[in-house]
Amino acid sequence: MTDTPTATQPTPSAASPAAHEAPIIQIDKLDKTYASGYQALKSIDLEIQRGEIFALLGPNGAGKTTLISIICGLVNPTGGRVIADGHDIVRDYRAARATIGLVPQELTSEAFETVWNTVSFSRGLFGKSPDPAHIERVLKDLALWDKRNNKLITLSGGMKRRVLIAKALAHEPRILFLDEPTAGVDVELRRDMWNVVRRLRESGVTIILTTHYIEEAEEMADRIGVISNGEIILVREKQALMRQLGRKELTLQLAAPLAALPDALAGRGLTLDDEGRQLVYTYDAQQDATGIPELLRAVDAAGLEVTDLQTRQSSLEDIFVGLVKERP
Amino acid sequence: MNWYAIRTIYRFEMARARRTLLQSIVSPVLSTSLYFVVFGGAIGSRITQIDGVSYGAFIVPGLIMLMLLTQSVSNASFAIFFPKFSGTIYELLSAPVSHFEIVLGYVGAAATKSIILGLLILGTASLFVPLTIAHPVWMALFLGLTAVTFSLLGFIIGIWADNFEKLQLVPLLVITPLTFLGGTFYAIDMLPPLWQTVTLANPVVYLVSGFRWSFFGSADVSVAASLAMILLFLTVCLGIVAWIFRTGYRIRP
Repeated sequence: MTDTPTATQPTPSAASPAAHEAPIIQIDKLDKTYASGYQALKSIDLEIQRGEIFALLGPNGAGKTTLISIICGLVNPTGGRVIADGHDIVRDYRAARATIGLVPQELTSEAFETVWNTVSFSRGLFGKSPDPAHIERVLKDLALWDKRNNKLITLSGGMKRRVLIAKALAHEPRILFLDEPTAGVDVELRRDMWNVVRRLRESGVTIILTTHYIEEAEEMADRIGVISNGEIILVREKQALMRQLGRKELTLQLAAPLAALPDALAGRGLTLDDEGRQLVYTYDAQQDATGIPELLRAVDAAGLEVTDLQTRQSSLEDIFVGLVKERP
Repeated sequence: MNWYAIRTIYRFEMARARRTLLQSIVSPVLSTSLYFVVFGGAIGSRITQIDGVSYGAFIVPGLIMLMLLTQSVSNASFAIFFPKFSGTIYELLSAPVSHFEIVLGYVGAAATKSIILGLLILGTASLFVPLTIAHPVWMALFLGLTAVTFSLLGFIIGIWADNFEKLQLVPLLVITPLTFLGGTFYAIDMLPPLWQTVTLANPVVYLVSGFRWSFFGSADVSVAASLAMILLFLTVCLGIVAWIFRTGYRIRP
């Protein structure tokens, strides 16, 4: 390999997602049918933009891991094509794979190796000349420096997860796949992990993560793709998705509890909650007429005293559950 | 060629051998030495010379072959089976390495280890029995070719095996019996006539015979036949490995 360590250093300008640039990953009509006859992916088309954090969301068995595995070379595609950073992943697999780092879902490790050795091993395997300074940087970034001489078998699950990330970063990839990065990780470590991912994005690395924690996608992603039953059913910018599909909820706190909804308020889609102390109104924030002024006037006219009110935007989880449910 | 990757795999495997020195080097050398003491020293002294060679010396090439075959197979099979078993093979499959480079790294390391073992056993044997090597270059050639061929076989077994039992199956049920019946402890003409013919179907006979010829200049079968047989093995193993990678058999669904 002729790659030098500096050749793959991302440029600072790559840090901001730019839609006009060629996508860093282009997936065309990707199919995968396993030998058992199970069709895991059905003609997937997807583009990942340079420098973005893309979250692939979907229930278990939706095809997330199969999709990642094909791009990374662990699984052979049945049909279709994937271009990673300008290289076909099958025809030009060396160049394609050299730009990709993968953090797998399972915590697998060479139990008797030290942290330093296993991370250095990864760099060598990807055809890069030894660079102790880079390994040191990666280990320090992931708070693994103190553990560098520890054998992997002595590390906690969270630390092992960090080691897997360090291994994936050892060869300075431009694209990083994180397959369920925070599965089984405690809250504090999850926050740490998110910070690591954000820093990576700032340095210009494109990140694709799969998750079934909606919170994760909501917290980190620039764009979200939803996969279900081997098909991409939606790809949207996170903000747009939440705006477009987001329902809002208005909650009115009542001074005195109601036994039943007064007749004057019937037919407005209101529900009683908290043993009659709350009136809940669901509406579409995108609509010109939300119905809120009329509702407030009707509440006033019905003689109800409101002590407090709040609105809440539906979470990605609500959107997601709605989307997946709609599909057969 | 991704030389860094080949070197990385090779070094990793050699480091594994160093970490498990007792199991990978000391134990095979010790067990082979026991054969010398029992068969060469104790029993061998009561056995007449074979083709002008003392029995103790006669069994040395066969014992080296026995160890070479079993160690090559077990080293290489474990080396590729274990990452498959533990899941760490994902990294190998996602790395920019060709199939040829993977095989070169793993089989190269396994073959190196068994050649080192073979030479150690040879050195140990020379402490017990007087040894001369008539054709050193041929000796090295047979040693190298056998180590590489059976490391390839081990690699195939490691890919094929999906549990530890299968991993042990071929070495225990095929390699060991074939080696014991392959003329390690006797010359073929010591067998009854019928078995002299049957034994020619045992491929290990050709390996032991050729290797023994390089020491003492006498052989059960012609050296050309021995060489042809090992090259045939090598070709078959290479063919199977190529097929494994082309189809992704048991590693890349």
